[in-house]
Formats: sequence, C-alpha cells, structure tokens
Amino acid sequence: MSSLLQTIDVNKKFGGLSAVTSLNMDVGAGDIIGLIGPNGAGKTTSFNLITGVYTPTSGKVIFNGQDITGMKPHAITHLGVARTFQNIRLFKEMSVLENVLVAQHMRMGANIFEATLRLPSYLKKEKHVHERAYALLEEVDLVEHAHAKATSLSYGKQRRLEIARALATEPKLLFLDEPAAGMNPQESVELMDFILKIRDQFNLTIVLIEHHMQLVMGVCKRMYVLDYGVTIAHGTPEEIQKDPKVIEAYLGVE
Amino acid sequence: MNTLLTQNDTQRRDRMLTLGAAVIGLGLLFAFDSMFDRFTMQIFKLCAINVILALSLNLINGFTGLFSLGHAGFMAVGAYTCAILSMSPEQKEANFVLQPIMPVLLNVQMPFLPSLLIGGLLAGFIGWVLGVVTLRLRDDYLAIATLGFSEIIRVVLTNAQTITNGSLGLKGLPRFTTMWWAWGSAIVITLFLVLLIKSTYGRAFKSIRDNEIAAEAMGIDVLNMKVLSFTISSALAGIAGGLLAHYLTTIDPKQFIFLKTFDILLIVVLGGIGSITGSIVSAIVVTVLMEALRFLDGPLNLGFMVTNGIPGLRMVFFSALLMIVVIFRQQGLMGTAEFSWNSLARIGLLPKRGQKSGKGVE
Repeated sequence: MSSLLQTIDVNKKFGGLSAVTSLNMDVGAGDIIGLIGPNGAGKTTSFNLITGVYTPTSGKVIFNGQDITGMKPHAITHLGVARTFQNIRLFKEMSVLENVLVAQHMRMGANIFEATLRLPSYLKKEKHVHERAYALLEEVDLVEHAHAKATSLSYGKQRRLEIARALATEPKLLFLDEPAAGMNPQESVELMDFILKIRDQFNLTIVLIEHHMQLVMGVCKRMYVLDYGVTIAHGTPEEIQKDPKVIEAYLGVE
Repeated sequence: MNTLLTQNDTQRRDRMLTLGAAVIGLGLLFAFDSMFDRFTMQIFKLCAINVILALSLNLINGFTGLFSLGHAGFMAVGAYTCAILSMSPEQKEANFVLQPIMPVLLNVQMPFLPSLLIGGLLAGFIGWVLGVVTLRLRDDYLAIATLGFSEIIRVVLTNAQTITNGSLGLKGLPRFTTMWWAWGSAIVITLFLVLLIKSTYGRAFKSIRDNEIAAEAMGIDVLNMKVLSFTISSALAGIAGGLLAHYLTTIDPKQFIFLKTFDILLIVVLGGIGSITGSIVSAIVVTVLMEALRFLDGPLNLGFMVTNGIPGLRMVFFSALLMIVVIFRQQGLMGTAEFSWNSLARIGLLPKRGQKSGKGVE
C-alpha cells in the first residue's frame, strides 16, 4: 500500500500541556480514515499540525513523499491538502460563488497585471474558474444560492459550501472536521453518501473527525482513536468497537 | 432562454447607462471648469484628492481588513518627492536658505507626470519595506506600528535639512494640479481599484479580511497578499500626496502629522469600510462640508447669545457625526455595497428591462 500521508512521532506541546503525543498516522491513497475521540482529545490539533496551522514540537509529517513539517498552510494547500473547519469559517461578506472562486485563486496563476487590465489570458482563466465554481456548487446543490451571502445559508448548507470550497483547491487529501455537526440523521446519511461520492469522483483521500458514530463506522475504512492526545487504538471499525480501551475512554469504567 | 435574453438586455442597458453617465460626467467637468470661480475650483480639486486618499486607505483598511494608520507618512513621501523632482533649480535655491540643498537634487527637474509617478513609486517602495516588516502584526499592534512609522517619516523630513529644507518646508511649488490633473487621476485610480477589487486579487484581499485562517487554508499566501495590498495603497497615497503638494503649492512636515490620517479615516468610516462608492461619495461630501461649515468657526449669533468665533468648532460637527454613525450605523453610508445600475432599477428609479438610454441619469 502506498501511503499518501504519514505522520511520524508527531508531538505538540502547548507550554506544559501535551496536546498530541506520538501521533503515528498512515493514510493510504483513496482511503477514508476516521479520527475519533472524546472532546479535547487532540483531534483538531492533529489536523492543525498536518495542515500547517501549528508546527509540531517534534516529529515529521510526510505528504506524498515530501516532508511538509513546518511548511506554511497555503504552501501545504498548494501541494494538495484541503480542509474544512469545525467552527465554520466561510468568507462572511462574500457571496457563495465568490467563496468558491477565492479557493481557486492559487491555481489560477494569474498575475496582478493581467488580472487588473483584464487581458484575454486572464478572462479565459476567469471564465474557467467560474465554470468550475458552478460545477462544484452543482455538486453540493447550492447553485441557486450562488449570489447569496455565504452567511445567509442554513447551517447544513454552510457545511456543504465549506466542502465545495475545499474541493475547489483541487486537493488530493481532504480533511473534514466534524462535517456532520449540527445535521439531522437524514442529512447525516446523505452526507455519508456524499463523502463516498466525492472520494470516487475527485480521486480523494479523506480524513475525517466525527462524533457521529454511525457515519464514521459507515464510511471509514480504518480509524484512529485519540484520548488526551495519545493514540489509544487504531484499526477497522469492527476492531475499534470491540477495543476495551476505546470503550473505557468513551464510557468510562466502574 | 428567456432569462438569457433579459440578461443580455440588462447588459446592454447597463452599457448604455454607463456610457451616458460618462458623457454627462465629462460634460459636467467641462462645465465646472469654466463656471466655477477660483475658490470653488480649489474645493472641487480637493474633493478629487480626497477621493484618491479615501480609496487608497479603504483598499487596505476596508478590503484587506488591516487597520493601518500610516497614510499621512506615505502622502508626505509622495508630496516631497514630487515637489523636489519638479521644482526648478532657481526655486530650490530660493527655498533652501538655511542649508543648501544636496547638489545631486539641485539640478534635477522633471515634468509633473514623471515626478508624480516617481513619488508614488517611492511611497509604494517604502510601503513594501514597512509591510514586509510589520504585516506580521495584527489589529491594534499593526495600527500602532504604522502610526509610529508615519511619525518617523515626519521627523525624518523635519531633520533632513539638505533634502527637504526641514521645518521651513517648500514654498512656491508650481501650481500643476489643475482640475483635469486632479479629477483625471481620481478617475483613473478609481477605475484601477474597481478592476482590481473585482478581479481574483480583490477576492483574495476580501477573503483575508473575512477570515484569515480560512484564506490561508484555501491556498492564499496571506502575508504576500497583505504586502501587495499595502504597497498599492501606499503608492496611491503617495500620488495623492504629490497632487496635494502642487495643489497647495506649499508643503511642510507639520501638514503630515498623524491627524491627517484620521481625516481620511473619517471619510472612509462615514462612507463605509469596504465600499468604493461610499468612499467617493463621502470624500466629496466631507470635503464640501469642511468648507460649507466654515461659518461655525466665525462669530455666531444664536439668538440668545453671540459667540465671537471659536476656531475649530466645525470639527466638532464631524466628531458628532462620527459618533452618531458609529452608534447607529456602523457600516457607514454604504456598508460593503457598491453602486450598480441594477440597484437603481431595484429601488424603482430605472425601468427593470432595458429600453431606456443613458439620458436623464446623472
């Protein structure tokens, strides 16, 4: 199995607090991997370490054979890592369409002169990103809202917009931070299908944090369980469900 | 199919309206040029300069979301550069009475346009250097750093006697800033900014303003983009400074104290942080009001009492106005909205479908 993402002994300390200890993840191309654990277990911190928001205190992050430890988030995105956020971070004052357009800025490769002077080369690129943006909005069923303000969307739609925006950066690896948060059971089932669909359609590898067990167990091939920053278990959903340590972390023991 | 047709119609209508408005605008400029007396003309020119200043400050504060207070410094750089480059050697000798000017600068004399552009470029360059250093800071820290920088510029100008003539200032600059120069620059810069803001770069700027962490995660090189926006903003402030120098014909370092920045900030906040339309309207209104309210500074007869002139009373009006806006309408006149023909159609000032030409629209 060729691995797309590897974290080797990644640690993160905030002062005296070890937020993440010895994170060793191995994500193969095309996998859907789950990252679960109780609140404060270091799941989002792990995402932030991999996507460059935080620099690991020690350890290495290897993406696609390249050491990306300590690289800036935008440079990591450029290599093909995209993400959504647990607390939705849309561009509030911009339209739904613009939110998706911005995410393509990096791949447009337009310099400021051709952009400002509206040279034919730029207009061609602009047309292309518009078409792609509409195609992506179609994918998440938001075309009719294209010109609405991003914050005017309902919560579930905002989550979908975040995914569309992340897809617009043309990722190989997509991190979803609690994509089903705030969704009703029906929406969660739809989301499950949607995640499988985009995986196949865009050739993605997906890592997701989720508390919604039905969803995680349903889509993930393997999963990692974190507790107090320590990986207490990893394996297939069946293995995880039986693991006594996981049960202890989630339910506690007598 | 039907909607496509209407869209085409609307596009044609908008194009006609824009053309019409441009013709009328040009006609008005010609009319004003011959109609206005010299005093009114001065105010009218100042409007254009303030439009440029407000727009350039809005680019960094409103569209990129960085609270920068260094504008007066960049204006000063532009003003001094433009003035020194365009003055004749005789004028320079007449000005530099305490210490002679540096020999290199004595014999430089250029026409207005290159001087103005070099002033803008130099201001832009200094903005770039400052940006690379300070744009890692956020919010209040950035405001303090840029404010401090602006004061440093002023102190340097005061003390670099052989270049700037120190606190004596420069007098008798050629009166280059005609109505056409002022408004021509304002229109070109407005067009430039509209095109920039509507391009992918403008979207990148706004994404940084809306959510820096998300912008970075979407592949926007945030620091680079901030520096770019800051550099452009500084360069435009430099050009406005150059125009101002040759409008006033006298400059000295004291004009560029940080209070000058707050004058521009007032315009931007009143017009709407993040709206080009707002900045333009607000710049014109505030500039005109600054003159129109001058009677407040003189003796006032309030019926029950007579004051014998309180200089600066008109500024109280602006302070009060600012407070009212901040309390009741924080988004300013326009918020982040922009003027469009469609918005006129929506409020019923234009027919919804395009049959009407540009006539009858101001």
